[in-house]
Amino acid sequence: MKRELTLTINGQPYTGVVEPRRLLVHFIREEAGLTGTHVGCDTTSCGACTVLLDGRPVKSCTLFAVQAEGHAVTTVEGLAREGELHPLQQAFWEQHGLQCGYCTPGMLMTGAALLERRPDPGEEEIRRAISGNLCRCTGYQNIVRAIQEAARAMRGAAEPVSAGQGAAGAASAARGGMVP
Amino acid sequence: MSAVQATDVIGQRIKRKEDPRFIQGLGRYVDDITLPRMVYMALVRSPYAHARLKAIRTEAALAMPGVLAVITGADLEKAGLAWMPTLAGDRQMVLATGKVLFQYQEVAAVVAETREAAFDGAEAVEVEYEPLPAVVDPFASLRPESPLLREDREEKTNHIWHWEAGEREATEAAIRSADVVVRQDVVFQRVHPAPLEPCGCVADYNRGTGRLTLYVTSQAPHAHRTLLSMVSGLPEHMIRVISPDVGGGFGNKVAIYPGYVCAVVASLRLGRPVKWVETRTENLTSTQFARDYHMTAEIAAGRDGRVKALRVRALADHGAFDAQANPTRYPAGLFSICTGSYDFPTAFAEVDAVYTNKAPGGVAYRCSFRVTEASYLIERTMDVLADELGIDPAELRRRNFVPPAKFPYRSALGWTYDSGDYAKALDLALETVGYEELRREQEERRRRGELMGIGLSSFTEIVGAGPNHLFDIAGIKMFDSCELRVHPTGKVLARFGTRHQGQGHETTFAQVVAQELGLSVDDVIVEEGDTDTAPYGLGTYGSRSTPTAGAAAALAARRVREKALKIAAHLLECGEEDVQWADGRFQVQGAPARSVTMKDVALAAYTNPPPGLEPGLEAVFYYDPPNLTFPFGTYVCVVDIDKGTGDVKVRRFVAVDDCGTVINPMIVEGQIHGGLTEGFGIAFMQEIKYDEDGNCLSGNFTEYLLPTAVETPRWETARTVTPSPHHPIGAKGVGESPNVGSPAAFVNAVVDALSPLGVRHIDMPVTREKVWSILRSHGIRG
Amino acid sequence: MIPAAFDYAAPGSLPEAVELLRRHGEEAKVIAGGQSLIPAMRFRLARPGVLVDIQRIPGLDFLAEEEGVLRIGPLVRHAEMEASPLIRDRYPLLAETASVVADPLVRNLGTVAGSLVHADPAGDWGAALLAARARVVLTGPGGERELALEDFLVDTFTTAISPDEILTEIRVPAPAPRSGGAYLKIERKVGDFATAAVGVQVAFDADGRCTAAGVGLCAVGPTSLRAREAEAFLAGKRFEPEVLERAGELAAAASSPVADTRGSEAYKRDMVRILTVRALARAAERALAA
Ligand SMILES: Cc1cc2nc3c(=O)[nH]c(=O)nc-3n(C[C@H](O)[C@H](O)[C@H](O)COP(=O)(O)OP(=O)(O)OC[C@H]3O[C@@H](n4cnc5c(N)ncnc54)[C@H](O)[C@@H]3O)c2cc1C
Ligand code: FES
Ligand code: FES
Repeated sequence: MKRELTLTINGQPYTGVVEPRRLLVHFIREEAGLTGTHVGCDTTSCGACTVLLDGRPVKSCTLFAVQAEGHAVTTVEGLAREGELHPLQQAFWEQHGLQCGYCTPGMLMTGAALLERRPDPGEEEIRRAISGNLCRCTGYQNIVRAIQEAARAMRGAAEPVSAGQGAAGAASAARGGMVP
Repeated sequence: MSAVQATDVIGQRIKRKEDPRFIQGLGRYVDDITLPRMVYMALVRSPYAHARLKAIRTEAALAMPGVLAVITGADLEKAGLAWMPTLAGDRQMVLATGKVLFQYQEVAAVVAETREAAFDGAEAVEVEYEPLPAVVDPFASLRPESPLLREDREEKTNHIWHWEAGEREATEAAIRSADVVVRQDVVFQRVHPAPLEPCGCVADYNRGTGRLTLYVTSQAPHAHRTLLSMVSGLPEHMIRVISPDVGGGFGNKVAIYPGYVCAVVASLRLGRPVKWVETRTENLTSTQFARDYHMTAEIAAGRDGRVKALRVRALADHGAFDAQANPTRYPAGLFSICTGSYDFPTAFAEVDAVYTNKAPGGVAYRCSFRVTEASYLIERTMDVLADELGIDPAELRRRNFVPPAKFPYRSALGWTYDSGDYAKALDLALETVGYEELRREQEERRRRGELMGIGLSSFTEIVGAGPNHLFDIAGIKMFDSCELRVHPTGKVLARFGTRHQGQGHETTFAQVVAQELGLSVDDVIVEEGDTDTAPYGLGTYGSRSTPTAGAAAALAARRVREKALKIAAHLLECGEEDVQWADGRFQVQGAPARSVTMKDVALAAYTNPPPGLEPGLEAVFYYDPPNLTFPFGTYVCVVDIDKGTGDVKVRRFVAVDDCGTVINPMIVEGQIHGGLTEGFGIAFMQEIKYDEDGNCLSGNFTEYLLPTAVETPRWETARTVTPSPHHPIGAKGVGESPNVGSPAAFVNAVVDALSPLGVRHIDMPVTREKVWSILRSHGIRG
Repeated sequence: MIPAAFDYAAPGSLPEAVELLRRHGEEAKVIAGGQSLIPAMRFRLARPGVLVDIQRIPGLDFLAEEEGVLRIGPLVRHAEMEASPLIRDRYPLLAETASVVADPLVRNLGTVAGSLVHADPAGDWGAALLAARARVVLTGPGGERELALEDFLVDTFTTAISPDEILTEIRVPAPAPRSGGAYLKIERKVGDFATAAVGVQVAFDADGRCTAAGVGLCAVGPTSLRAREAEAFLAGKRFEPEVLERAGELAAAASSPVADTRGSEAYKRDMVRILTVRALARAAERALAA
C-alpha cells in the first residue's frame, strides 16, 4: 500500500514512503520536516494548515499528499528569500499581527497569495480573503493592517524607482529587513 | 546598538522579540517535537454521556499492524493510576472504570508505530456499554429523583459545594425596604477557550537515566510537574516538564488531562517516547470548558437610582468532575467581584456547584477566575435597573460609581480595590463614540421604525492572584518568580515561573528588566517553560503574569541593583552611600559625570569584584503580591438590527481600558483586540451545547462557531492610566479585561435596540433566530 | 483525524477513469476537489476502497458560453466561478453563489460538479443551478446521457448517477435579454453551510412583466428545491411589492425544513420568505437596469 512519493516543496524535492491516505500537511511536517505548517482542526475549518498549491492557498489537511505530486507546494518556510523576510512577514512583525503564532504561517500564505493577485486590496476585501483562516488571539485587526502595510511596501517597490534611490534600495524595501 | 534608550523602555511600542521565529515558521510547538523511536497514541472515547462499562476487548486492536499496546482503566487501576486529583480537590478518572460520566470520556489508549495505525487501533477496540439516564440540566441534577452520578464519592449527592460571601440579612433587609427592586435571571452559557493549537504532549521516559521528560502544552509547567509527581509516584526531580511554544491557552492549558497521564504510562511501559496530540473534537468535547453559570441578580435602589443592595445567586455546572482551576479558598473564584464598579452599601452572593453528565472543567477563559460571569451579571442587571427607572444607563452608572476619593475601596463583598477613576473612563468612552449624537440618531430611527441600540459596560476586573495568605492552588501558594543572571558582558538571562501563550512576555518582561537595569531590551532574553531551569511559579492564567511575574522581574532587577551598587562604589572608588542610581546608571552623588553603567558593573562582577564580595551578578525574586489589582474600563457598542432576518450588525465598538501603567502599548492594544473578539464570539455565537441525552452538539469548529475576520467588528481603543499603588511599576494586567467587559456591552446594545418592544434581557449567544422570534412575537414581519 | 486506508488511482483520460470505476464498482469513488469527500473520510463516515482522482485528466476545466449554453467542466472550482469575468458579467446568480460557498481556501479546491454529485441539500450550487435551469451530462461505459438537474438530484446525498459514471459537464442556458439573477444566503458565519438560501433567475419583457422565473431553495428540504408555485405565480407579473411578498410566501410554503442547530423549522421557513423577496428584488433590479 505504501509508495514512494516525491513532492516539490519550496522548490526542493522531498521524498517519502507513504500510504495514499497520508495527508499533505503530515507529509510536509513529517516527511519534509517543515513544521511551520500547523494543524488546528479536523473539519477543514481553521486554515492553520494553509499552503500554496501552484500559487493558490489551500488547506493542506484536506488534500492527500499523492494529489500534490507534480504540483508546486509553497510553505511559510519558502516565503523569505535569500535571508530576507517577505514584506508580509516584516509587516506582521511591525504591526503586531500575531500573538501565539499558531495561525500565523497560514495567515501569511493566504495574505501572500492575495497580494500576488491584488496589489491594493481594501479592508473588506482583505477580511474576506482571510476568512478561511481563524485566529484566536489577535482579533484580526492588526493582521488586516499588516497586509495593507505589506501591500504598500510591495507597491512602493514595484513602482518606478525615483531619482536618487537605487534599484537595490527599492528591492530591499520590498523584501523588508534582514532576517534577524 | 538598539535605538531604544534605557531610561524610557517602559511605555515603548517595541516590536516583539518572539516574532521572528513565528513569522518564519520556526516556532516549536509540542506537535513539532519528534524524538528518535517515537510512537503515537490515540484515545478511545465513550459515545455515551452516562453508561456502565460492561466489557472492553482489546484483542482485535492488538492484532492490527503497528499497534504496540492498549491501555485500559483496569490496567491503570493495578498501578493505582485509574484516578487522578484535580486542581479543585476533586478527582477525575484517567481511563474509565465502572462507569463513564460524559460523552467522549477517555476509555482506553492505543499506542502504535504511526499516527495512522494508532487511529486504526483505537477504532478496533471493542467496548460494551449499558447506557444509563443522563443528567444534563444542572437544576434537574439537584432534584431527589435525579440519578446519582458520582458513586465513588462518600457524599451520595450531585451537589458539590456551597459558597457564600457578604451579609445575607442586611441585604435582605435592604431589598425589603427599597423603593425599587429589579430581578433578572441570566445564564452565562458553557463556552470553550478553543486555542488554535489543541492540547498534546510527548512523554519521554529514559530507562537509562530513569528520568521522564514531558513536553506538554502547559500554562503552568511547575504545577504540572508537582502534580505529576504526586500522581505517578516518580520523584519530582526525576521529572522535567517542558512547555515549548504554546499556540494559545486562554485557560484551556492549565489542567492536567488524562491523555498526558496515559502517554506517560505508555512511555514508562514501552521505554519509548510517546506523542499524543488531541484532535479538535477531543479538545472541544473533553478538555476544560468555561462558565456554565446560571445566575439571578437582584438590585435594590432608590428612585434616584442610587443602589442600596445586591443579592446574587448562582448555580454552577461543573460537569462530571470538579476539575476547575480555582484557588482553594475560592471555589467560585473571584465571583464576589460582582458588585463591579458600584458603591453597594451591602451585598450577598452565593453559589452552588453540581455535577452533570458533561465534560469537566470550569476555567478562567481569558479572564480571572469567574470574573467574566460576575461582570456580565452586574453590567446586564444595571441596564435592567436603568430601564426600570427610566434613567439613561450611562447616567445610572455614573451616579453609582465608587468615587476616586474612596480608594483604596473596600467592597461590600470584601475586596480592597487598589485604584480607579471610573467616571474618567466612562467620559472618554462617551466622548469618543459621540454618545449624545448617537442617542439623538436612535430616537430618529425609532420614529422611522428602525432598530438601533447602544450598549454600555463599565466593568471592574480583579486580577493578579494572589496574596499568599489567601491564594493557593492545590496547596501551592500563588506567588510568581523571576531569576536574573547578568553575564559578564552585561547581557541578561531572565527566567520566569510563568508561561506565555502569545501574551508577549519575551518582550514586556525584557522591557521591565531593561528599564530597571538601565539596559536595552536587546540585552535581555526571557526564558519560560522549562522546570529544570525556570524558578518555581504557578504559571500564566487569570491575567496574573504582569501583576506577579512582572513585579518579580522588577524586584529581582532591583535586587541585582543592590549588589551592583556595591560594585559600582568599588569602581567609582567611593563609599556606597555616595552612589546613586539615576538616569539608568550609577552616579556619584553631586558629581553625575562620574558614573558607571550596568555593563561596566557586570564585567567587574566577574573580573574585578570588590574584596569580600561574592563574585557574580544574579538574583531571584519570589513575589507574593500584597493585594490583587483592579483593571477597569468602559465599553460602548452600537448595533443595527435587520428586522427581516434578525441579524445584528455591530456598527461601532469603543473600548476604553485602564490597566494602570502600560509597559508596551502595542502589546496591550493587541491583547484588547483579541479579548474583544473573544467577547464578541461569546455574545453572538460560541456555545458548547448538549442534547437531552448528553451528546455534545458542538464538538468541532463547524458547530462551535468562532468569528472570522468578516464577522469581527472593527475595534476602536483608547485608554486612561490609573497606576496600581502597590505594584512595583504600577501595572495591573490586561489580557483579559476586554473579554470580561465586552459581552455585556454587546448584549446591552441588542436589548437597548429591542427595548421599545419591552425586551429586558436576551441570553447569549444572541443568535439571529432569538432576535427574529422576539420581532415576530411582536408582529414585526420584516 | 485520519481516514481509513484506501488505494489511489490517477487515470490520465476519461475512458480510463470510467473503466476504473466500472472495475471497482461500489468500492470506488471519484475524487475531484476532495472538499466534501476528504472531510467525510477523516471522520470515517466515508471509507472508499479506491479513489479515482480525475484531476490529472486534461481538458476537464473548461468554462465557456457556446451557442446559448454555458458549459461548466467537472474540474471548474468555486474560485474560478467567482473570479471569471464571463460569470461576473453574464451570470450574477452564479458569481454570487460562488462567493458564498464555504470559505476562500475551500473554494480554491472544491468543484461545482463535485458539489452537485455530493447532493448535500445544504450545498449552494444545487439551489442556484435549479433556478438557472441547469442540466448535467454523465459519462459512463455506455457513453453520455443528459439530465435536467431536477431529475439528477434524487434525495439527500443521492443522485441519479451510477457508480461507474462521471459528471462531465454542467449546462446552463445563457441568460435572455432583460434577465437577472441573485443568490442570498443566511449563514451563521463565513464557512458555514446555509441556514437557508435562495437563488433566483428572472427575465422580463419590454413592459417589465416577468417572462420566466426560476427560484431555487437551499437547505430547506431533503434536496435542493424548486419553488414551483412561486415561479408560476410570478409569470406575467410586474414585480410590485405585493407580488414579491406573495412569491416569498409561496416559496416559504414550498420549503420543508427540519429543525437543527442552525434554526427551527419556523425560522428557516420565514428566512425563505425574506430571502426570496429580497433576491427577487435584486434580480429584477439587475435585469431592468440593463
Ligand atoms: C469547511 C467547508 C465548508 C463548506 N461549505 C460549503 C457551503 O457553504 N456551501 C456548499 O455548497 N458547499 C460547501 N462545502 C462543500 C464544498 O463546496 C465542496 O467543494 C463540494 O461540496 C464538493 O466538491 P469537491 O470537488 O470538493 O468534491 P469531492 O469532495 O471530491 O467529491 C464529492 C462527492 O462527489 C463525487 N464526485 C466529485 N466529482 C465528481 C464527478 N465529476 N463525477 C462523479 N462524481 C464526482 C465524489 O465521488 C464524492 O462522492 C464546504 C466544504 C468545507 C470543507
Ligand atoms: S487544520 Fe484546520 S483547516 Fe486544516
Ligand atoms: S496568533 Fe494565536 S491564533 Fe492567531
